[in-house]
This record gives sequence, structure tokens and C-alpha cells, in this order.
Amino acid sequence: MTSVSETANGTRAKAARVAGLSMVLWRRLGLAAALVLAVAIPFVASGYHTFQFTQVLIYAIALLGLNLLTGYNGQISLGHGAFYAIGAYTTAILIVKLGVPYWATVPVAGLICLVTGFLFGLPALRLEGLYLALATFALALSTPQILKFKKLEAWTGGVQGINIDKPDAPFGLPLDGDQWLYLFALVCLIPLFWMGRNLIRGRVGRAIVAIRDHPTAAETMGVNIAFYKSLTFGVSAAFTGVAGALGGLVTGFVAPDSFQILLSLYLLVGIVVGGLASIAGVFFGALFIEFVPIYADQLTDLFGDRAKALPWAMFGVMLIASMYLMPTGVIGLIKSLGARIARSAGRD
Amino acid sequence: MNEFLHQFFSGLASGGIYASIALALVMIYQATHLVNFAQGEMAMFATYIAWSLIGAGIPYWVAFFLTLAIAFVAAVAIERVIIRPFASAPVLASVCVFIGLLAIINSLAGFIYTYTIQPFPSPFPEHAWYGSVYMSPHEVGEMVVTLAVLALVYAFFRFTPLGLAMRAAAQNPVSSRLVGIRVGWMLALGWGLAAATGAVAGMMAAPIVYLEPNMMGGILLYGFAGALLGGIDNPWGAVLGGFMVGVLENLAGTYVVGADLKLTVALVIIVGVLVMRPSGLFGRPLVTRV
Amino acid sequence: MTSLLETVQLKAFYGPTQVLYGVDLAVESGGITALLGANGAGKTTLLRALTSMVRTEGQIRFEGRALNQLATEDVVRLGIAHVPDGRGTFVHLTVEENLRLGAYARRARREVERDFERVYGYFPRLRERRRQQAGTLSGGEQQMLAIARALMLRPRLLLLDEPSFGLAPLVVRDIFHILRTINTDEQVSLLVVEQNANLALELADHAYLLETGQVVMSGTAERIRGDETVRRAYLGY
Repeated sequence: MTSVSETANGTRAKAARVAGLSMVLWRRLGLAAALVLAVAIPFVASGYHTFQFTQVLIYAIALLGLNLLTGYNGQISLGHGAFYAIGAYTTAILIVKLGVPYWATVPVAGLICLVTGFLFGLPALRLEGLYLALATFALALSTPQILKFKKLEAWTGGVQGINIDKPDAPFGLPLDGDQWLYLFALVCLIPLFWMGRNLIRGRVGRAIVAIRDHPTAAETMGVNIAFYKSLTFGVSAAFTGVAGALGGLVTGFVAPDSFQILLSLYLLVGIVVGGLASIAGVFFGALFIEFVPIYADQLTDLFGDRAKALPWAMFGVMLIASMYLMPTGVIGLIKSLGARIARSAGRD
Repeated sequence: MNEFLHQFFSGLASGGIYASIALALVMIYQATHLVNFAQGEMAMFATYIAWSLIGAGIPYWVAFFLTLAIAFVAAVAIERVIIRPFASAPVLASVCVFIGLLAIINSLAGFIYTYTIQPFPSPFPEHAWYGSVYMSPHEVGEMVVTLAVLALVYAFFRFTPLGLAMRAAAQNPVSSRLVGIRVGWMLALGWGLAAATGAVAGMMAAPIVYLEPNMMGGILLYGFAGALLGGIDNPWGAVLGGFMVGVLENLAGTYVVGADLKLTVALVIIVGVLVMRPSGLFGRPLVTRV
Repeated sequence: MTSLLETVQLKAFYGPTQVLYGVDLAVESGGITALLGANGAGKTTLLRALTSMVRTEGQIRFEGRALNQLATEDVVRLGIAHVPDGRGTFVHLTVEENLRLGAYARRARREVERDFERVYGYFPRLRERRRQQAGTLSGGEQQMLAIARALMLRPRLLLLDEPSFGLAPLVVRDIFHILRTINTDEQVSLLVVEQNANLALELADHAYLLETGQVVMSGTAERIRGDETVRRAYLGY
């Protein structure tokens, strides 16, 4: 089942093939299939399910942001919920207080978070691993309080928050609100992921990974650590901010208590379970953090109000279990499975 | 002036609670160079245990000491079973384990005891017999208890052979093994002590902030701030830091930012210390090997 | 006659890297054995292997008992004290606390107090400085402290890694004199790693010469001292 192909300098190499197609082609097929599936969802699923899948797309964007920072660049953030909140509030304030059209608020939210993230990244330069985790943890814990601050109430709506009207499909397209928002989120996601992928595969990506693995060596080779670390913080925050903006549009309101420490920790679980330093992994992570709480919620019938605690507990267990059993996440498991298949195919 | 003094002493009282948490954090940090993000939840759960014991009719102080013992044993178990396997893991793995622990303990409390806010009894009389308006009897009592606990911990480390061994194990595990100290168990004991100290903080705080699974979130943050301010590798600096944070929080809350933003004060202190002087006021300057 | 300590085909590894390639060594009861060799020969590794500080293969027997599976702290509790390179002082603790830790594994409290006196007898300067923080002591005093701490264990075997390192000759002479006294008065066997071959061979009864992780020569100190190649390569004449 193998075919022998010649490499650039003429030596013969066996390219692993499964069912007559190379791994690269399989990957491309998989991507195309996923895309088709993704576009199909709003038309085959109910309104509620579409809403859930929209949230999955949104989490995927947020997780890509966090993964850039923590997975690829090694800076641990327990506070990305704060950037999500900034994005959400930016959208809300621009729409409700300033009358900006909803689609324009998304890039603005991204930009604001880019700047905020970069600025936060500057003092964060001096913080390593644990200390950065601590500082971002503190940021996440104080976010709701800052959002409730009385002096900012005119803008933030205080404890009540701000309500946003759900946007309708443009140009009179025959789509309801849920379907349109899903597609809108997808339309935002695709270029963002394309950007992210290119960033990672390019020189910048190599630099930030080098900073994570061998900071001293990277510095000796002329990589400007300060610049790249702050840049990564900014870009990472921008992605998560866009996710927050979309999240605000989809849920229809923003309020301080939606952005507790829980959110930041959900995001952490997402990238750990999905797979650190992996773009495909964020989708598994997003599916996990969207659906696990919902299934756990359904146990409310059995346990009553106490079931509120279950998703939290599940996350805790998943975090510890992942670190123990699959430190490379779901995507790591899939990759090793794929490698095993490729190996056995290559052996023939 | 009255208001100032009132806030000052009130701050000292809450500072005592923060100091206990700060001490617990530093005890674990010194031995393992890890921050126990789950310290607050452990203290909260211990307080719930105390609550159950008191509810079952056990007198307060008996329940108090019983809780300390239970917290101690549970923490030793947690360290040996959950934390130990990650001793040489990368930082992110440890952080994830601590966060996971935080989530599990928090949800366990919510599951067993529900999220309803409960009152928690204070062992101290309701009315001040000493005539001062600056501190309530609970605040005074709580400070006395806190200081007593801190003094006991100090005496343990300073004057007992086991305390000496634990200090040695934290400072130099290799040499400690060479004198026959079972370093692994010293770490576990450190966890136990930290949990017991945290439990005291929880039981002293609960009458004021009320008992519910999320009660320790803010307090943990202040504990972090205190530990960092005083020096995360200096236990007595951390204690002092805790008291300072308590006073600062109250004064800032009254005169500068208003009561709503008090938690932000902690955030500012944390970020400020980490950026400007990571070793804190009394800690040893950090040296990272290149 | 079984030796106090013997190794059979001892191999040692730092992670995947092998450093000792099958060392056979014996330390006789009551004797002083020197371990010589150039930098990187594996002398320090050998001492670390004896106290389970590195991964090993092969056999190590102390008083007939196998040491391989034991953790460092358990090896120590059998009566082997190890003064590591760099001395391993608890720098933030006082001299007295350092000494007390040396006796941590022992139970007889009164005997321990008597041992304080004994040890101060060997090293009077430590008594003067007993409440001082160990990190503030001079190099020579820290070396004395390290040896004193090891003695507090009442070991039957004392492992010393480069006791002369970084010390002035007069101080070294004092220390080596005390080591000999300890050996004769207390029947403590010594295994001394030294780069300074002259010093070591004066002190020791037996010696082993290590090169790149293997024993290339062994015998009485006299014989080694008299050997032509050793004289040229290690004794400098």
C-alpha cells in the first residue's frame, strides 16, 4: 500500500499512505468536511442547538487566544476572562450607548483588547510562570468588582449590566437571529484562525515557541523577548476580546457576574483538555467547556440545586486527570493514534 | 480621627485573618516553590466541617480543635496522593492541579452543603465589656486567637526538632536527606500545618463574611497580597504583610476608592509588588540561574 | 573478612548519561581509603551513588547489607555520613542548628548532647560561633561544620568529597589531622575523595585511582605513591 516517492535531493523516501491517500491529503479532506459540517449546522439543528454551537465557535476563538499565550508562548494566564469581559462590554457600550452597528463593534473590541493586552503584557514581562499565574488570577478575581464600580455605572450599567438587542440577518436574508449569529461567528472565526495558523507557522510563531522552550538561547540569537512576549499577550487578548464581543451579541446581555473567575478557569481547562499548543485542539476544548456543564445541569433533576456544583467538580477532575493521563490533551491522543496508523501503514 | 482609628483597628482585625492565610501560603511556597491556589477553598471546607460539628451539638472549642486535626490529616493526604506525583512537573501542570483542586473542593462544598448562605457562630461575647468602640468583641477575640496560633507556629518551627527538620527540608532538601530527614513527609506535614492555619482563618472569618462556598475568594486574594508584600519566602514578613494589607484595604476603602473597589486594592498591591519588588519588603532577593 | 563497604560492578547514571562503568571497591573497617583521579573521573558520582543520590546498577553492600533499593535518608540512617562537595551546609540556620540536624536520626537525647561537646572539642571555633548563621562562616569553618555535622550522626563510615577544596594549606592540614584523630579515636572509617593526591595518600591506608568512570589502579597508599605513572601524572614529580 505504499508508494515510493523521490524527495528534492533525489533520495528515496516512503510516504505513508492510508487507503491510497497521503496523510496531508487526509488532513485537507478532514478540514473540508469539517467546514461543510460547520456551515450546515444552523440549517439542520434547532434554534437552541444552533445557539450552543455558536457558543462553541466563540469559545474556540477565545481558546485560540489563550493557547497562543499559554500553549505556544508559555505565559500562564488565569485571567483571560477579563479580556473576554472587556470585549463583551466594548460591544455592549458601543451598540447601546453610542449606536454603533453591531458588526463594526467586533473589530473595535479586538483592537481595544489588543492594546489592553499589550499594556498588561509589559509589566507581565517581569513575571515568570507562577507569579504571572498569580497576577492574572488576581486580575480575574477582581474583574467583577471593577465592573460593578459605581463611578462607572453610567457606562457599564452597574450590577444590572447592559442588554443588547439581538441583531437580525442583513439584506433580508431568510435566516432567523440564531442562524445568522452562528454564521456571523463562523465568518469571524475563519479569518482569525487563518491568521493564527499563519502566525504560528511563520517566523513569529517560531520565535514565541523558542521563548517558551529556551528563553536564554532565544535571546542570544537576537530574538527580542520583551517585544514578542508583549505582542503575544496583545494578540492573545485580542482574540479573546473578539470572542467576548461575539459572546455578548449572542447572549444578548453583559453583566459583571457573568465574568467571574470561573470563566478564566473554564478557558484554562479548555486549552488543557483540548491540547496545549494546538490549533485543532481548541475545538475539542470548546466542545468540552460548552457541553459538559449542560449535561451536568441536566442532572439537576436528580440532585436539585446542588447540581450547580457538578460542572465545576468535573472541570477540576478533568484538569487533574488530564495532567496525569493525557498532558498533551485530546489532540495529543489523536495525534499519537494517527501516528500509530501512519506507522502501520508505512510498514507495508 | 475616630473614624480613622476605627478603620485602622478593623483593618488590623481582618489583617489577622489575611496574615493566617498568608502564612499558610508561604509555608507551602517555602517548601515547594509552588503557590497553593486552593488554600482558600481548603479553609472554607474546614469551616464547613466545623459548622457540621457544631450543628451536631459539639461545643465550639472542641469542634474548633477537632476541625484543625481533620484539616491537618486531610491536607497530608491530599499532598501525598494528588500533589506529590507532580513534584517535578512543569509549572503549568502544577498550576492546573491546584486549580483543579480548587474547583473540586469548592464544588464538593456546594454539593454537600448547598450554596445557601449560613451564619457561623462566633465564640466571643456579643457586647464589649472593655468599653472600646474601635473593635468589636469578635474582632478582639479573633486577633487574640490569630496571634496565639501564629505564636504557636513560630514556637514549633523555632524550638522543636521536627520544626527544625521541616525548615531544613524546605531550605535544602538534598542536605536534609543526608542527615536522614524524610523530606517527602516533611512536605506533607507542611501542608497539614498550612491547612490547619487556614482553617483557623476560615473559622474566624465566617462569623463576619458568612459561610458559603465562595466566602474565601476575596480573602485568598488579600492573603496573596499580604504574602507577596511581606515576601513570599519569609513567613513572618508574610504575617506582617497580611496585617498591612488589612489596614491598607480598610483605609483605602474608606478614604480613596470606596468600599466597592476594595478587592482592586489587593490586585494593585499584587501587581505592584510583583513588578516593582518581587521579593517583597522582607523577602530574600530572587536569583534565577541563567 | 568482609569489608565494611563494598561495591560490585557499580554503574552510575545521570539520566541517560553513564558516568561509572563497573566499579569494584572496598573500604575496610577502621581504615581510611582515598579515591583519586582527575576532574570528571567520576569520584563525586561514586560517593553520590553510595548514598543513592544518583541512579545506579550493580551492587552496594554495607556491613553485608544491600543498599541499592534504599532512599538516601535510609542509607544515612544505617550509619553512613556523607559530606558532599560544596559542603551542603544549611546556610540560613545557625551552627548549632546545623549540628543538631546532624543528629536528627538518632534517638538518645543525652548522648547527643554529649556529642555536641565532643564535636566542639575537635572544632573549638564552632563552639565560639555556635549561634551564628552558618552562611556567614569562612570556608574553612564551613568545612569543619560539615564534618562536625556528619560526626553528629555517629557514623561508622564517613564519606568526604574534596575536603580540601578552596581552603588555605594550614587549614587543610588542621582538618586532615583531625580526620586522622577521628579515625583512630572513634573507629570511624573514611572514604575520602581528593584531587590533591599528595594529601590524600599521606592520610590514607588504601587508595583507588579512578579514570573516566573506571578503577585503573588500587592498592595500599604506599604502593600507589611509589608507582611511576601515578607520580608523574598526579603527584607532580
